[in-house]
Amino acid sequence: MDKELREAAPYAQEGGTLVFGPDKPLRLDSGGRLDHVEIAYRTYGVLNAERSNAILVCHALTGDQHVASQHPITGKPGWWTQMVGPGKPLDPTRHFIICSNVIGGCMGTTGPSSIDPATGKPWGLSFPVITIADMVRAQVMLVDALGVDQLFAVVGGSMGGMQALQWAADYPERVYSVVCLAAAARHSAQNIAFHELGRQAIMADPDWRGGDYGAHGGRPEKGLGVARMAAHITYLSEQALQRKFGRELQRDGLSWGFDADFQVESYLRHQGAVFVDRFDANSYLYITRATDYFDMAAAHDGLLAEAFVKARDVRFCVLSFTSDWLYPTPESRAIVRALNAAGARASFLEIESDKGHDAFLLDEPVMRDAVAGFLASAGQSRGLGPESLGNENLGHRDLASGGLE
Amino acid sequence: MSPAEAARREDFRAILGMVRPGARVLDIGCGEGLLLEMLARENGVEGRGLELSPANVSLCLARGLAVVQGDADHDLADFPNQSFDYAVLTQTLQAVHRPREVLAELLRIAERAIVSLPNFAHWKMRWELLTRGRMPTTRALPRAWWETDNIHLCTLRDFTILCDELGLKIEASMALAEGQAARPIEPQRAIENWRAESALFLLSRK
Repeated sequence: MDKELREAAPYAQEGGTLVFGPDKPLRLDSGGRLDHVEIAYRTYGVLNAERSNAILVCHALTGDQHVASQHPITGKPGWWTQMVGPGKPLDPTRHFIICSNVIGGCMGTTGPSSIDPATGKPWGLSFPVITIADMVRAQVMLVDALGVDQLFAVVGGSMGGMQALQWAADYPERVYSVVCLAAAARHSAQNIAFHELGRQAIMADPDWRGGDYGAHGGRPEKGLGVARMAAHITYLSEQALQRKFGRELQRDGLSWGFDADFQVESYLRHQGAVFVDRFDANSYLYITRATDYFDMAAAHDGLLAEAFVKARDVRFCVLSFTSDWLYPTPESRAIVRALNAAGARASFLEIESDKGHDAFLLDEPVMRDAVAGFLASAGQSRGLGPESLGNENLGHRDLASGGLE
Repeated sequence: MSPAEAARREDFRAILGMVRPGARVLDIGCGEGLLLEMLARENGVEGRGLELSPANVSLCLARGLAVVQGDADHDLADFPNQSFDYAVLTQTLQAVHRPREVLAELLRIAERAIVSLPNFAHWKMRWELLTRGRMPTTRALPRAWWETDNIHLCTLRDFTILCDELGLKIEASMALAEGQAARPIEPQRAIENWRAESALFLLSRK
């Protein structure tokens, strides 16, 4: 860990990449398997003696393991510092917080841009199609390696919420509680349609070269940028866009051409341009595909409740946002209905926000309080009293001594 | 605490006495989760709640209660048949849009329903109507007609007739009044329709 980080944070931070060989293959829903898997992860805080305070945070489509640590490429703070940090609902002075890059990703975990050991070249499109359940299976390997039997909580928004639900369905005995934000138990036709638009934009870019750009040099930046622009619109609400940009112009007057006249155009172009610096186009294809294939009810003849039958003892907190039209409230209500039918402990809250799908990434006090309250009460019943949180005192001592020196 | 809230809390003691220990209970309009908490602590009940206000749902989450945001008119459909032993609806039936359907829903979801409601035939109501000729405002119904949430007020007699029509059996009923312990009553008796300010019923299907 670098010195700056250590001084800034009064709690332990670790990170690295776990390497699994053919003795521990990752079996995939597609029927294939990966014999060589690397999982890039970060942890924040310390696992307590009872190993009962671990929280797994699952990231969304283009997120990564840097939930509360500086992003190595963009230099920006973690993507969820409103929710993860000392005094926040997920508190590294009390919890052992784990976040890993998903399988198929491009921030250190094995994905299509990784080298295929069999050929010595990037996988490209020969990488197997992966699913949300495959992502979870990889996370299980990580959690095992970190010595955690049961996670106190699995927390995620959007695609992260899908993973959290999948954890409860596939490993109910290993999950004490689940926080599922702005998510759905399946991708709708509209969700798939928008993803297909993004994928087509990437594949239409001549620099994509059938997915083989890794071997040719150059990257399909135009295509990936357009994919991001389209997706970004779906993350915002109509009101939020209107409030932020309206019809404001970039310069005085119109260009009478196709420059970015409107501020909203410029904003979207910027979103596309910065995205290509940190994200791989093929990863975008694979991860969007994984969410499109996601349908938890499919394996149970369309009965979503069946997916949660074994998760009766898991505590669920499902949250949606009023202006989220990507995964709108009825999707969350369908999850809650299924959880009720399965007899699980389900709580649900629809949060009033005009910020659209991205609200879960922003400072939403109602969300923060709801998650904090849910985790605190779950922590009490899990026995996460102050006495089992030894690192809290340690953290304060470190801080105090730092101040004296 | 508003008078309506005070009346609610009087109900809670009586409800605790009606609920079998260890039962599964759905509290519809559970507010801040006070009843669910009492049921868990004193009756070992595995409770669930349905609550309209987001702030209250948040408070319930912090209390460790499993509560779903929603309202009685629309969201009871999300609960499966006979998934609870008791469905509780305190001082709310008069405020829903379709009381008849909601009542039927309670007994689809649960084996028994516990329902409390203000009695519009209480002597104070009758007196106010008779002497002032105006919509009564009382401790149990404090708001003026133009601001009240209570859009489907009924009398004890109305309610027993509706139960009959829906094929519901009144297993127990109690009169509730401020500062007094709940008093078992025979709801069909005309005198109770005068005396009971508010009443609590334990219902099942015939």
